[in-house]
Amino acid sequence: MRRNEVWGWLVVGLVLAGLAIPWFLWGSATVVAGLPVWLWWYVGWMGLASLVFWLFAQRAWGIGIESAGSDGDSSGSRGVGPESAHETGPGGDTP
Amino acid sequence: MSAVTLQLSIIVGYLLIALAVGLVAYRLTDRTAEDFYLASRTLGTVVLLFTTFATLLSAFTFFAGPNIAYAQGPEWILVMGLMDGIIFAVLWYVIGYKQWLLGRQYGYVTLGEMLGDRFGSWWLRGLVAVVSLLWLFPYVMLQQVGAGTALEALTEGAVPYAAGAGLITAFMILYVVVAGMRGIAWTDTLQGAFMLVTTWVAVLWVLAAVGGPSAATEALASNPDTGGFLSLGGDYYTVQWMLSTAITIGFGVAMFPQVNQRFFAAGSKTVLKRSFALWPLLCVLLFVPSFMLGAWAAGLEVAVPEGANVLPLILAEYTPTWFAALVIAGAMAAMMSSSDSMLLSGSSYFTRDLFRPLLGVLGMVVSERREDLIARVGVVLFATAAFVVSLFQPATLFEIGNAAFSGFAQLAVPVLLALYWRRITRAGITAGILVSQAFYILSLFLTIVPDTYAGWSAGLVGMGLGLVVTVAVSLATSPAAAERRAIYFDRFGAD
Repeated sequence: MRRNEVWGWLVVGLVLAGLAIPWFLWGSATVVAGLPVWLWWYVGWMGLASLVFWLFAQRAWGIGIESAGSDGDSSGSRGVGPESAHETGPGGDTP
Repeated sequence: MSAVTLQLSIIVGYLLIALAVGLVAYRLTDRTAEDFYLASRTLGTVVLLFTTFATLLSAFTFFAGPNIAYAQGPEWILVMGLMDGIIFAVLWYVIGYKQWLLGRQYGYVTLGEMLGDRFGSWWLRGLVAVVSLLWLFPYVMLQQVGAGTALEALTEGAVPYAAGAGLITAFMILYVVVAGMRGIAWTDTLQGAFMLVTTWVAVLWVLAAVGGPSAATEALASNPDTGGFLSLGGDYYTVQWMLSTAITIGFGVAMFPQVNQRFFAAGSKTVLKRSFALWPLLCVLLFVPSFMLGAWAAGLEVAVPEGANVLPLILAEYTPTWFAALVIAGAMAAMMSSSDSMLLSGSSYFTRDLFRPLLGVLGMVVSERREDLIARVGVVLFATAAFVVSLFQPATLFEIGNAAFSGFAQLAVPVLLALYWRRITRAGITAGILVSQAFYILSLFLTIVPDTYAGWSAGLVGMGLGLVVTVAVSLATSPAAAERRAIYFDRFGAD
């Protein structure tokens, strides 16, 4: 379950990186409101990335790193899982 | 008041403010190495975000970036976005968060320390420090050369290079020794906010003067020299080049000592989360205006003499003298602040990973108080050495300094594998680091080793090579007895 989530976020990250440069607009010189349309894409895409990162930080922070079973506490105190976690911890095992 | 006097007074004013901030920070410090290097791991969101940003990109945002946009078109914005807004942000989590947790749990201050502990090897720890200093030292030297040369140009030769660079070095030493990480982070924050505001004021001012973005872009499109700038891609911006640059620099940034060390300095998990989400927005806010100014300057036919920077020139043409002076002074201050952080981190690598272990071998034990002193002496040595070497203008070091980002990128892959792959062995990571570094350095200096492969840069190819070698050697060897894999995995997370 947790592992599927890791893969899911990995795909999200790859898509974010893959389209940060709008390859489908390659060679396009269309100007909208004083700026090239590919620049508008970039502005929007970075906004989206920021939103996705924020969602990730809220929902999945710690995934792939913290041992399974630790909660996503944001107190800033030693934010890592309980003793028992390390038996089951697939945590840091992704590529 | 003439522009020169104005610029000089602004620079001096900035230095005085920095020094005042440094003194305040000094009063707050504990006299320990951890406090000196990492502000005792207490940095908040805004400070962490801006100090990382200012450390990294300040001078580039003002000078080199707009120059490239002026000469080749504004596509660099996209490269920067992918590299810093996405790749580095992801590494911020993947490398940064794990490092932060490990640092908190085991008290690591440097990357070499973290790896040396896991692999049970002083050699590896020293190797990581040596490799890092190999790239960092010339890079610091380049900053000093840049600031010294800029000061010489600004005063029209009244302050010769050696005096200017010497003064700046002396000031930096004083400042870093007094202020430590806390003071540096604070001035970076001031300066980051200053940069953000002045860049936007600058772009709005210029656009108001030329009749808005549509008019500026129209000038760019209708000028036969720059007509191709608006279409995405071109002879300079090829797909391979854009990807190679974004990937190598993005990974390289995460291994730059002054950036990597900031992963240890965050105050809490919340700080890391917030800065992570804000990162892409900050990239848009800074790069779009400054790089577009560079590109628009080309359409507006702002003449840029060989070796000059475009941003001061377009400001001089469309904004009042005092404002242009303010931006230039800010940019110089930015250069200095990048060097501050590099000095501090460089000296921490030197004292903790090379010098102190050496004392240990000789049977000497270093107290916390004593280490704090050694750390400050390390700053003096590092900065003085970089300054003295810069006087000789060594061509080899210039080349290494310019290639620093790709050089650091070679470290990133073995480090990532160490953090996430259980099968990695000491022999594997050592071989991966050595082979990729050797390959990349040879590609710089030997014509036999090409620097591009079907358009892909040697930096990127070297990263791939590092991956293959680390994995292959790890699979072929078994862990050494002293290795402590559990630190990163099984026992990780248990208090």
